[in-house]
Amino acid sequence: MTKDELLKELNEIFKNVLDLDDLTLQDSTTADDVEGWDSLSHITLIATIERKFGIKFNMKEIVELHNVGELADVILSKLA
Amino acid sequence: MNEYIKQLEYPTEPIILLSKKLKIKKFLKENNKKKIKKNIAVLGGSTTHDIVEILDLFLLYNGIEANFYECEYNRYYEDIMFNNEALKDFKPDIIWIHTSFRNLKNLPQINDSKEIVECKAENEYKKYLSMWEKCRRDYQCTIIQNNFEQSFYRLMGNKDVSDFHGALNFISELNLKFYEYAQKTNNFYINDLNYIASYYGLQEWHDLSSWYLYKYCCKIDAIPYLSHNVSRIIKSIYGKNKKGFVLDLDNTLWGGIIGDDGVENIQIGSETANAQAYLEFQSYLKNLSYLGVILNINSKNEESNAIKGLNHPECLLKPSDFIVIKANWNPKSQNMIEIANELSLSPDSLVFADDNPAEREIVKTQINDACVPEISQAENYIKEIDRNGYFEITTLSNDDLSKNKMYKANAERFKLEQSFSNYDDYLRSLNMKAIIKPFEAIYMQRIAQLTNKSNQFNLTTKRYSQSEIEQISSDSNSICLYGKLEDKFGDNGVVSVVIGRQDNDKLHIELFLMSCRVLKRGMEYAMLDELVYQAKKRNINTLIGYYFKSGKNSMVKNLYKDFGFTLKEINNEDSVWELNIKDYVNKQEIIEVESIK
Repeated sequence: MTKDELLKELNEIFKNVLDLDDLTLQDSTTADDVEGWDSLSHITLIATIERKFGIKFNMKEIVELHNVGELADVILSKLA
Repeated sequence: MNEYIKQLEYPTEPIILLSKKLKIKKFLKENNKKKIKKNIAVLGGSTTHDIVEILDLFLLYNGIEANFYECEYNRYYEDIMFNNEALKDFKPDIIWIHTSFRNLKNLPQINDSKEIVECKAENEYKKYLSMWEKCRRDYQCTIIQNNFEQSFYRLMGNKDVSDFHGALNFISELNLKFYEYAQKTNNFYINDLNYIASYYGLQEWHDLSSWYLYKYCCKIDAIPYLSHNVSRIIKSIYGKNKKGFVLDLDNTLWGGIIGDDGVENIQIGSETANAQAYLEFQSYLKNLSYLGVILNINSKNEESNAIKGLNHPECLLKPSDFIVIKANWNPKSQNMIEIANELSLSPDSLVFADDNPAEREIVKTQINDACVPEISQAENYIKEIDRNGYFEITTLSNDDLSKNKMYKANAERFKLEQSFSNYDDYLRSLNMKAIIKPFEAIYMQRIAQLTNKSNQFNLTTKRYSQSEIEQISSDSNSICLYGKLEDKFGDNGVVSVVIGRQDNDKLHIELFLMSCRVLKRGMEYAMLDELVYQAKKRNINTLIGYYFKSGKNSMVKNLYKDFGFTLKEINNEDSVWELNIKDYVNKQEIIEVESIK
């Protein structure tokens, strides 16, 4: 999977979980840029991503994420 | 959307619920189901956010629209014990104290004496006791209190559960104190966190990153099970439990098809693995019936076979364990509605259990909000039904325990009433007398009026003026009959008119109508009998009946079929029917008929 393809999939997950009709994620997108992406919905996002891709983040990875690009990189490294 | 709503019944896919909760909520809030409103305060010793959001869905699904109050993280004790205007303004109907193993701060130490450990347990208990008593004083509300789930580690290994130094031993002692209080206190309920955690699997339940990162007492995926467990208590408190079962027989209560295999070959008992699975399911149902859950049968079978099966010596459930037994070939949705009517219950308060997905589909599509668990194989039935918590018990009264008797008596009364209004005894008691004769001058006006007024019980809706009636009654090719009916309550006057036109050995029934005031008295059969008698006198051997759909006469769409006619032609919704009358046997014998012989 390329990073672009992954970003598209993440975009769908975010739209679903946050119930947004309109959202375009970019590498540099952070929680501050997205309505409803707070610490609480973050938990659901992470759990959904884990289930969707069959991966598990460790605690350190979750704590150190800063933006969507980094999230995608971690997922890609786990899928590789 | 249905695919998401389905997640609110077993088996739940937690991640779908969690990720679609906003959509599901919107859907549940917008449907037109009537909902009761309740204020629920959730006071957590760990994070409650997602737990509350999912609880909201389960409650909405059960017709409860909740307002929630959540305390700040781990402020459950302070929120209750110290003056709290916000909670007072909130006026909680229910306070749920969501504490867990994580909130036990004073566990026994290995060098503690027995007295010290007992003192620790007592102090811990007193802390909770004081909260409960304060809640009851300040809010007069219902209290739901978690018990404590087991820890994920055992310092002493197996000894942890039996030695007073062990955390596991301490937890079970503390839980026992909670249960004692629950046994003597009304409106106080234990949310069995310990069971839910064990059922989920302690190893998975205690997901430490969920705790360290988010301060959830359990793994995120386990949240729906926890929320569901609490929702069961709440919906039960507010009377949203199901009332009973409507059960299939073949491959649901026993293995095999009794009609094909014979009673001696159905699988039930302790001989084979399959037989044992059905036996345990029957035992589960029988035990539920002792709790006041009512049992009914809805089976595609001859009734005699159904009874034979239930009287199989290995069957735990006997015919007398059921309130209503419907074993016939009608659509199961129709049986289900009739069962509900006989019990004066709404069909959606009964759980339909049937191994056949096609039957489940019929019931689901024909009955609004039908409760139809997806059962799979006999060995899974108990789990697939029990996990849904249809019959959660919050209080157990003598009324509940004798509920089955009460329903049974009601059903008997209903049957008696039904047998009287539907069956011949009732009709006989009416002492009905009819006159069925060719048109007579004094009735011409009334006959013409009836042809113009009758809409529902009218096969052709052909209208006649009075002069047309007079003309046709003098036509030698016509058979014109009027019917007059009286009973012990009075004379109904002329209530039925039939006009037939002879065509050699055939009689075309151009008009067949009856006044609705004498529906279900058998008068139409009396009219047919007399028509056949008159037709035979003219050497007619075939009656031809017509049904012309009018928009108001669908009640007689199948009249000729019920009369034993054969369908000859169908054109849109109009139909033509035929009856050979050579061997016709009179259909009606209750009304005493006066006619011209």
